[in-house]
Amino acid sequence: MTTFLYAVLLLAATGLIAAVVLYFIAMKFKVEEDPRIDLVAERLPGANCGACGKAGCRDLAKALVESDGQTELHCPVCSNEEWAAVAELMGMHADTCEVKIPVVRCQGGHLNSIRQTTYEGLESCAFAHSLHAGENGCSYGCLGLGDCTRACAFNCLSMDPKTGLATVNEAICTACGNCAKACPRGIIELRYKHAQEGRIYVGCHTEDKGALAMKHCLSACIGCGKCAKSCPVGAIKVENNLAYIDFTRCTHCGTCVEVCPRKSIVSTHPAVSAPSN
Amino acid sequence: MKTFHKGGVHPNDNKLNADAPAQVLPFDGTYCILVSQHLGAPSTPIVKKGDKVKRGQPLTENTAFLSSVVHAPVSGTVQNVAEAPDAGNFARPAIFIQPDGDEAADFISDDPTLDREIRLSPAEIIERVKAMGIVGLGGACFPTHVKLSIPKDCKAEYLLVNGVECEPYLIDDYRLMLDKPDEILVGVSILMKALSVDKAIIGIEANKPKAIALLKGKAAYDGISVEVLKMKYPQGAEKQLVKALTGREVPSGKLPINAGCVIQNVGTCFAVYEAVQKHKPLTERLVTVTGPLVKEPRNFWVKIGTPVSALVEACGGLPENTGKIIAGGPMMGKALPHLDVPVTKGLSALLLLPDEQAHRRTPAHCIRCGKCVAACPMGLEPYLLHAAVLNKRMDLCERHHITDCIECGCCQYTCPSFRPLLDTLRLGKNTVNQIIRNRNTTK
Repeated sequence: MTTFLYAVLLLAATGLIAAVVLYFIAMKFKVEEDPRIDLVAERLPGANCGACGKAGCRDLAKALVESDGQTELHCPVCSNEEWAAVAELMGMHADTCEVKIPVVRCQGGHLNSIRQTTYEGLESCAFAHSLHAGENGCSYGCLGLGDCTRACAFNCLSMDPKTGLATVNEAICTACGNCAKACPRGIIELRYKHAQEGRIYVGCHTEDKGALAMKHCLSACIGCGKCAKSCPVGAIKVENNLAYIDFTRCTHCGTCVEVCPRKSIVSTHPAVSAPSN
Repeated sequence: MKTFHKGGVHPNDNKLNADAPAQVLPFDGTYCILVSQHLGAPSTPIVKKGDKVKRGQPLTENTAFLSSVVHAPVSGTVQNVAEAPDAGNFARPAIFIQPDGDEAADFISDDPTLDREIRLSPAEIIERVKAMGIVGLGGACFPTHVKLSIPKDCKAEYLLVNGVECEPYLIDDYRLMLDKPDEILVGVSILMKALSVDKAIIGIEANKPKAIALLKGKAAYDGISVEVLKMKYPQGAEKQLVKALTGREVPSGKLPINAGCVIQNVGTCFAVYEAVQKHKPLTERLVTVTGPLVKEPRNFWVKIGTPVSALVEACGGLPENTGKIIAGGPMMGKALPHLDVPVTKGLSALLLLPDEQAHRRTPAHCIRCGKCVAACPMGLEPYLLHAAVLNKRMDLCERHHITDCIECGCCQYTCPSFRPLLDTLRLGKNTVNQIIRNRNTTK
């Protein structure tokens, strides 16, 4: 019995001494950290996608707190409400911003363009772009090798096997913009989501002259300018043989979709349906 | 016999047209001259639609140091200044010329007799080489006058002449050595004068005994020796050739000039002879049309700007089972998208591969056999760099010297799992170079 007692007492005494030593060491080496960092980090999405430009969500939280909210940093993944909650924690008020979504400005793929060559190398758009113009000869179009799908931390981009083009799953997309950065040809653009009205955009990215562009692709924009002339609000401009619709001014009237002779303007508006090729 | 020691592979040399004499390819269709056919700053056209041009007249100009110009290969009318597809099918600025008669620019001498007397001073030679648009004809198209302008802190001791032609199928340098040995040797003497070196070594692989015997037999040129090299790919790469011929090692990230060597291809030596002695710009080159299926493999003197389809036609047309057309050799060449691509200064061969040889095999997993490490002539670890690039670990790539990769393709050639090692290494090398450039500009 005494052996047992000694063992317990010895262990308790050792534990007590160790606890006291550890307490003083912990006090000595304590890192002073703003408690708000943890609170802010909890409200961030936690996907560590890097879209804000920081190494991860905690890094962003740290940067926000350390600058007392006086920073241009912004989490594109947070919704307006989530971002407002973060601002409230910092005792500030956040401006709301329009929700965006990536659009793939190419409709070439297997259906609309004629394949002239076959690419067999590495599954990487960046590499294929350094080698050749593309299987259909268009040096501005989607290469279909999926760099954007691999860049997406939220798994919302996929390559459509039928068209060979990237498609965005709108339900889970957070508009972090990593896909747009990964595309070596800059085909993907972030535009206002307009969940109700949908989006109207030029589904082509070629700056080739009309005759050459037509050779490559059935739905290529030839820069004819009909859309720009027909637009009632002047939101369309044609530069380098390519039309571009300013998404901040577009009213979704659908005039351009109707007049486009190449059917290269895409509409996701429920009332304005793009004529199929 | 000398060779380099680290890595290397031994592909079958397949020199199918070694005995076919070089013939001139007649072509009277429209010539399409790409404006930028060299490495470095692009040049701008100085002719416009409707202009009459004489053979040898300059078509472009530029002011940058690292750049070169192109000249009219034929006399005729400028049909258009527009865009044309290059070897990657990207639209590039080009000048189209409709040939009409044969009127040479007044400075050109068409006299075929050998001229051994070098009348120009070293500075004049470099100026002439620049004005005549001479670029490295081994394939990289690096402007020759830049190579001849030695940086102040370096000193050239050797001129190494590359007659190695280690890549399978290629045979144009060999034909040139057989057909124009004296012109090449005079060209070497001119380059020696321009560099003020007194030793030049011509390196030739042992599978070209005729060329070796012929050049060794010409004793009338001071300071030029011929060295026979053991067959091994990539012996023709600059750093490997320096090692093989002089035993020196080019430091990582440095140029052969840092080891006291300047390397020129035999084709470049011939072009320099033509430019300096005959005042002829670089407007034609020797091209091999070869491949297992080609009915009559031949070698042609082709004017720059001829479409490659004319070459294929001259060899009996496109074989039925052709799977791939490669500009250059099978190891480092580039597959062409179609036959409308024009001949450029860097095109050494046109290789037509049958369908069964044209495709890649399905890659399997890396089995860590280390064959790629043993084969790499630069002493890199391709399997490691491959994984690092796929995982976007560019810091690791830089630490393991991915920028030293010479893109010879030995790693991919030896890989028993058919992994796309060269593709990833090229991608990684480009990315790391970009990162380094950005870092240097922001500093």
